[in-house]
Amino acid sequence: MKGDPRLSVIDRRLEKVGRIIAVTGGKGGIGKSMVSSCLALNLARSGQKVGLLDLDLTGPCDHLILGIDSPFPEEEFGLVPPLASGIRFMSITYFTGERPAPLRGTDVSNALIELLAIVQWGELDFLVIDMPPGLGDALLDALRLLRRAEFLVVSTASRVVLETVKRSLDLLGQVGVPIVGVLENMRRREGKGVEELALQNGLLFLGSLPFDEELEEALGDAEQLTQTAAASALMRVVRNALLT
Amino acid sequence: MHEFALAEGVISTALDVAEKEGLKRISRIGVAIGELQQIEKELFAQAITEIMPEEHPQLVDVDVDLRIEPARFRCRSCGGEFGFAEAGGELAEEESEAIHFIPELAHTYLRCPVCESPDFEVTKGRGVWIETVEGSE
Repeated sequence: MKGDPRLSVIDRRLEKVGRIIAVTGGKGGIGKSMVSSCLALNLARSGQKVGLLDLDLTGPCDHLILGIDSPFPEEEFGLVPPLASGIRFMSITYFTGERPAPLRGTDVSNALIELLAIVQWGELDFLVIDMPPGLGDALLDALRLLRRAEFLVVSTASRVVLETVKRSLDLLGQVGVPIVGVLENMRRREGKGVEELALQNGLLFLGSLPFDEELEEALGDAEQLTQTAAASALMRVVRNALLT
Repeated sequence: MHEFALAEGVISTALDVAEKEGLKRISRIGVAIGELQQIEKELFAQAITEIMPEEHPQLVDVDVDLRIEPARFRCRSCGGEFGFAEAGGELAEEESEAIHFIPELAHTYLRCPVCESPDFEVTKGRGVWIETVEGSE
């Protein structure tokens, strides 16, 4: 065996993408998908050309958050992500619909490589990647294959979450990838746990998104989502950390 | 994998291999593709023609040979071994298309014919790899 042809085209697929922002955090249920979706939405509303890649292959949900029900991507020297709410969107749901994708680690890795090799993102200012939870294959492959990725780390103030996010930050720090900063999500009460975690790691604390009771009601409606308190707070983060 | 992406990757990887092995001219590229990739040979040949640079010192009259490796699966649940046709029966076009683009979705659309488990290992016939790059130094 002389080589895997898929790997040689991944960089080419991303060569016209300005910045790659991987939204991670390590723990499930902390709102990475909501942050990724609203981040992409806010960037698009700010006039940026944006792509959103839902890399949660076993539990994708960005399409539900944004109300994206696009037809199958067009084929043009690969697959062109359909434009929805101003965002070029790619997800495994185009291929599975609502069916489950029971994948083991190596399968996740291979599926991720296939997606990166066949998707023609074209010219983008930002590609936002919604990372799955955990420090497993998807994160390791993102580190290996998306060499220009910058990581935006999401956490909540729960001690259980902070402990896991700390491990993620340790790993990202050890491999030396750029980290945009740490964002507190679903803030319910006063406290500086997330901010302190960011500062202890020498990172920028991006701010806090409030726990937003109205968010659930806004799911599936991009316009309504942008009006929520959480999305508005995220817009300030976008302006301060990504567009300045 | 999409035929065009595959063709692009094959040419790019062959040029990398040629550089490492000191080949000044490539005469033949041998590519193996797993059955699970559901590649159409004619489309791949067409994509290779489209992607081949018109003028490239290393790529003149190159033969690209494609070998399809039949897929084999081993069920992790009952230990049964089976092939693609036994697992999928007659797949709908969109299911076959999904596996073509992302072969791991075999776990969504195929089942062990003995116990119906989606937890099987692909023992052969998955992936794409360059087997040989032949030419002159």
